[in-house]
Amino acid sequence: MGLALPAPDIARALIRISHEILERNSGSANITLLGIPTRGAHLAKRIASAMEKIEGTSVQMGTLDITLHRDDLRMRAPRALMPTVIPPLGVEGRDVVLIDDVLFSGRTIRAALDALGEIGRPKSVQLAVLVDRGHRQLPIRADFVGKNLPTSIEQSVVVHLTELDGADEVLIEGPLP
Amino acid sequence: MKHLLSINDLSKVDAISILDTAQELARVSDGPMKKLPTLRGRTIVNLFAEDSTRTRISFEAAAKRLSADVINFSSKGSSISKGESLKDTAQTLQAMGADAVIIRHSASGAAQRLADSKWMSGSVINAGDGTHEHPSQALLDAFTIRKHLSKGADDLTGLRVAIVGDVLHSRVARSNVLLLSKLGAQVVLVAPPTLLPVGVESWPCQISYDLDEVIANVDAIMMLRIQLERMSEMYFPNAREYSRYFGLNSDRIRAMKAGAIVMHPGPMNRGLEITADAADGARSVIVEQVANGVSIRMAILYLLLAGNQEFAETGVSS
Repeated sequence: MGLALPAPDIARALIRISHEILERNSGSANITLLGIPTRGAHLAKRIASAMEKIEGTSVQMGTLDITLHRDDLRMRAPRALMPTVIPPLGVEGRDVVLIDDVLFSGRTIRAALDALGEIGRPKSVQLAVLVDRGHRQLPIRADFVGKNLPTSIEQSVVVHLTELDGADEVLIEGPLP
Repeated sequence: MKHLLSINDLSKVDAISILDTAQELARVSDGPMKKLPTLRGRTIVNLFAEDSTRTRISFEAAAKRLSADVINFSSKGSSISKGESLKDTAQTLQAMGADAVIIRHSASGAAQRLADSKWMSGSVINAGDGTHEHPSQALLDAFTIRKHLSKGADDLTGLRVAIVGDVLHSRVARSNVLLLSKLGAQVVLVAPPTLLPVGVESWPCQISYDLDEVIANVDAIMMLRIQLERMSEMYFPNAREYSRYFGLNSDRIRAMKAGAIVMHPGPMNRGLEITADAADGARSVIVEQVANGVSIRMAILYLLLAGNQEFAETGVSS
């Protein structure tokens, strides 16, 4: 089990992503951040507060549960639903930034795009992830990446966040590539 | 969880997870797109061997919002009215590939019989069996009470609920007593002695014969329908006397606590167990109960059918 990203690197990556999102969208006025539960929702909170510090204005932030749109529901035990919280200005005509911890097959993001389409029609949808570990199974890429981690398919990437796990770290488990 | 037959099959954690799931799914019913792809390709049969509007339509709406295919099957106009047995009906449904059967039947235990048999492999959901249970109704009632009165708690601890009327014939009352007490509420049954079942002392609830004594200190009051079709057996002298002692009218509404709610599982006999102004007044959540019923039934169908039951022994995963 190797430490791929220690706490200070995670903090720096999130600050950089916050700046990049603001730069790409010329400020936060039309941005709506949506974190994908559970860890994506916590990352969205951190990015929102970083952006608020940089810009000095409040940022629209919420969560988007994708469980009902997953394509692997029948392959697992029934899953509990997580909260979806859409901020007051909604998603219609907004620049929505989806936020997740790890980008892997791309199936979660496909489900997120479906879930989002049910709520409204954003002007654009962008994707920010803390870690991109490769092995995409769908034509999906991230706009903002904290760290590209080359992994083998046998390995797994584990993200720990202070809010849930007591510490910030990204670990790679399993055999070396 | 493969079947939903009785509240007794649910732990407190299971019940709360159904309520939480329904709360998330209610969002879908409120949103602009009332449809989710979750149960696409699943077939759900509504097998109603007894009349029902609310429950059947509610399950049908729930299944359709989750994109399942629904086949409605009622005793009138089907071979049940020609005397076909439950076994033959079930085997027919199995051959058609039903993933779940929602059954309403006049015989207590019909749903259990279907689930225990090897006649079909799908899930069985009890939508009311005789005078036994009606679990989805109790869940939607608990959901409604929690939404209005729990102040953010996930159970019903500390709340007092009165269930008034024909407890003897009411599967709704039985399921509600079991579920509400499981969730921490205190339940008091209010009825004339003739309309209480034998053995009611062993239920996890209190019993009263005086509505006026109870009404001022309950948070929710649930009125049960007087089943007019059963009233030939003289459970009480006449309808007017019943209304006077056990009916909900505007005087009794005024005696209730601030914030207390009025519920009725429907269909109502206006003027008998509840007056029109009580049914339509500010405390009434009767129409909302119907809307909540769809959310609860979506949650039940989702939890029973969306996942793979081979992995379900450990309950709900996150």
